[in-house]
Amino acid sequence: MKIKLFSYNVIDTPIHRLSGLTKLACFLLLTFAVMFSYDIRFILFVMLFSFIILKVSKIKFSQIKLMIIYVLIFLITNAILTFLFEPEYGVSIYGTRHEVLRIFGRYNLTQEQLLYQTTKVLKYASVIPLGIIFLLTTNPSEFAASLNGVGIPYKVAYAVSLTLRYFPDIQRDYQNISQAQQARGLEMSKKAKFGSRFKNALLIIIPLIFSTLDRIESISNAMDLRGFGKLKKRTWYSKKKIETGDYVAIGLSVLIFAMSILISIFINGSRFFNPFI
Amino acid sequence: MRQKPIIEFIDYSFQYFSQAEPTLEDINLKIYPGEKILIVGPSGSGKSTLGHCINGLIPFAYEGEIKGTLKIKDLIAKEQDIFLLSKIVGTVLQDSDGQFVGLTVGEDIAFALENDNVNIHKMHDTVRKVAEMVDMDKLLKSSPFELSGGQKQRTSLAGVMVDDVDVLLFDEPLANLDPATGKTAIEIIDDIHKRTNKTVLIIEHRLEDVLHRDVDRIIVIADGRIIADMTPDELVSSSILFENGIREPLYITALKYAGINVHKDMHPSHLDTLKMDTVIQPLTSWYKRIEKPQKQDEKPNILKVENLTFSYDGKRNILDDVTFDIYEGDMISIVGKNGAGKSTLAKVLCGFENQDLGNIYYYSENIKDKSIKERAEIIGLVMQNPNQMISKSLIYDEIALGLRLRNVPEEEIKERVEKVLEVCGLSPFIDWPISALSYGQKKRVTIASILVLEPKIIILDEPTAGQDYHHYTEIMKFLEKINKMGVTIIMITHDMHLMLEYTPRAIVLLDGKVIADTKASIVLTDTDLVSKANLKETSLYYLAEKAKIEDGTLFVQRFIDYEKGVRETNED
Repeated sequence: MKIKLFSYNVIDTPIHRLSGLTKLACFLLLTFAVMFSYDIRFILFVMLFSFIILKVSKIKFSQIKLMIIYVLIFLITNAILTFLFEPEYGVSIYGTRHEVLRIFGRYNLTQEQLLYQTTKVLKYASVIPLGIIFLLTTNPSEFAASLNGVGIPYKVAYAVSLTLRYFPDIQRDYQNISQAQQARGLEMSKKAKFGSRFKNALLIIIPLIFSTLDRIESISNAMDLRGFGKLKKRTWYSKKKIETGDYVAIGLSVLIFAMSILISIFINGSRFFNPFI
Repeated sequence: MRQKPIIEFIDYSFQYFSQAEPTLEDINLKIYPGEKILIVGPSGSGKSTLGHCINGLIPFAYEGEIKGTLKIKDLIAKEQDIFLLSKIVGTVLQDSDGQFVGLTVGEDIAFALENDNVNIHKMHDTVRKVAEMVDMDKLLKSSPFELSGGQKQRTSLAGVMVDDVDVLLFDEPLANLDPATGKTAIEIIDDIHKRTNKTVLIIEHRLEDVLHRDVDRIIVIADGRIIADMTPDELVSSSILFENGIREPLYITALKYAGINVHKDMHPSHLDTLKMDTVIQPLTSWYKRIEKPQKQDEKPNILKVENLTFSYDGKRNILDDVTFDIYEGDMISIVGKNGAGKSTLAKVLCGFENQDLGNIYYYSENIKDKSIKERAEIIGLVMQNPNQMISKSLIYDEIALGLRLRNVPEEEIKERVEKVLEVCGLSPFIDWPISALSYGQKKRVTIASILVLEPKIIILDEPTAGQDYHHYTEIMKFLEKINKMGVTIIMITHDMHLMLEYTPRAIVLLDGKVIADTKASIVLTDTDLVSKANLKETSLYYLAEKAKIEDGTLFVQRFIDYEKGVRETNED
């Protein structure tokens, strides 16, 4: 029943031990690397790498099942739409034309289009696991501490961690309110029309806002009473020190990032790998 | 002779900018270092405002006009900022969930240190030491979801103790705690007071529970003024409590019923110190005089719950083979510690969740396949926090909502809403915006919005939580009234008084199982049951024991019968 969206799980793996900032930096570096390159060989390599990391961080499939399903739906719709709107995009990129299947009109399947679209799908498939790893292995407070560490004002950083801290509470409130309103006759299923569903949603959101405001008042009082905002700086209980592991992780990510750029410049001569010439 | 006061109010008044009248007026009060003081008063009396003045939330977070002087440790309070005051006065707020800022116990305790920019090694050291003082050192890595109410409160206490404050201020520390945890909380506060000799201020309206351990003085606030400042013995022997809608200890009520003149030399503030020589004889003869009420007729079975089993995750059963019967016109309570499955039981009965095994029968009809909406016409649920139910701005619209969603014609809606408003005593407010109502009135609006659907059974989750004696009596009388009109009432509660006074029968849950289903007087005098379910024995039972009355349970039962008689006479 508990829909744990950002459930950071407390286990000890080399990935969990990394500082939140390291993980954010690695995530960004690898994402740029993958987004830059259209070399399917390189992308397959990063994908393999991210699956290995997923394994290392001991994330269970059941934890991410829901997320994976949404991602798959997105990828499939995206692939179909790309083909519908730009069936010849592959041909225009690679400059050659090897037809595989004639469908009708301008919709002909070409090897070039197939390669282009597969590459694109694999790009997502290699970046998404990295995002999941980042979310599930980073302690929100520790992450806030790292954000503050790179110069983001601590009030902003703390707001991030506070949101994550109270997210489950507000989710629970939402569920309770929604059930109580359904008992009064609110129809939340697909049976109701769109317009009335929107109106019905308001009947849940209004009490949710009011009870959340109550909550905010007591949290902010509690924080004031314990000196939040007094000094220009604050320390963090859950701050991690930068250790060897962090240097290794950053090093690896920089290496992969560099590979992406170097492959494009020196091997492919462009962002695309072209096997058709 | 004495030291200088650590807190001193001189001709002090305070008026919120949003209010037409001052909330505090002519306050003159001296509190000396090391004292332990209880501040009582009905809701809206200004006792929380007094607390806010001391900890600096006034004027820092709540603005208003201050007259007179408040000195804290010789500093003029209004010239200081909240941060400086927070180093002198540490506040433990009433809602232990709301003030849990950190993601883990350790982080929460460290919060004040973090804000002081304390070096991380020193911080971890201090946190460990303070956590040891409140017995939380083994749980530093736990998240708030894994903690019990009592553990959360220990954490909050540790969180203010890291600062080595001079004054500890507890704002309604007993709200939301089950009776046994509340008792422990009072013991922890007392321990800390004795060990550290800090000044302790407790703001609370549950007098009997706080008096479980001794306090030096009690200050009574009503309508923004201090109306009493005396020792516990003096206060409980006076009529001040009764006149100001604060509940006196139950054993005192029993003594008064027995016609005993309670005075301070009897040391009546604790049962342990109460002198019994003049008590035993009149008490025993009173108890023997009380007549047994006539036996009630057998009533048809309105709800039959059979072998109900439910689990959220398929592993741990939150409800485990729960079986009980409810009869038409019953008024019963469901009790048990937090997490015993009480709220889940209500959810399954209302169809919010579906049972894994077992059946629920309404009269003899199995209601398994009824939707949430259909069940609502049989069983209505009133949630604890009225703000979680109210979604309209006008009272009329709020109550009509359930009927409108059912497409009932508007003329019929008008008729039914007006009838319910009448029953709930809300008719004068028909065109009022809900935001103008008091908490108790809002609660009535939510009850009315359920009643209008004409359910045969109403389940109320903690109907009296956070209510002072006056509002408590008001709500309970109202519930008794609708009960007499034929609505069956089930209450989920932590309130032992409620259970004792209003519900003849109680169902006790423990780890999802029914461990008792019997008279309230039996539940509250059964030591074993009481400790298993985190309840608290009623002081009446100990009074009987002290008066050498053999059958304590019967004494309690007779007290209930007598009190019911008193209530009925008052109503006529």
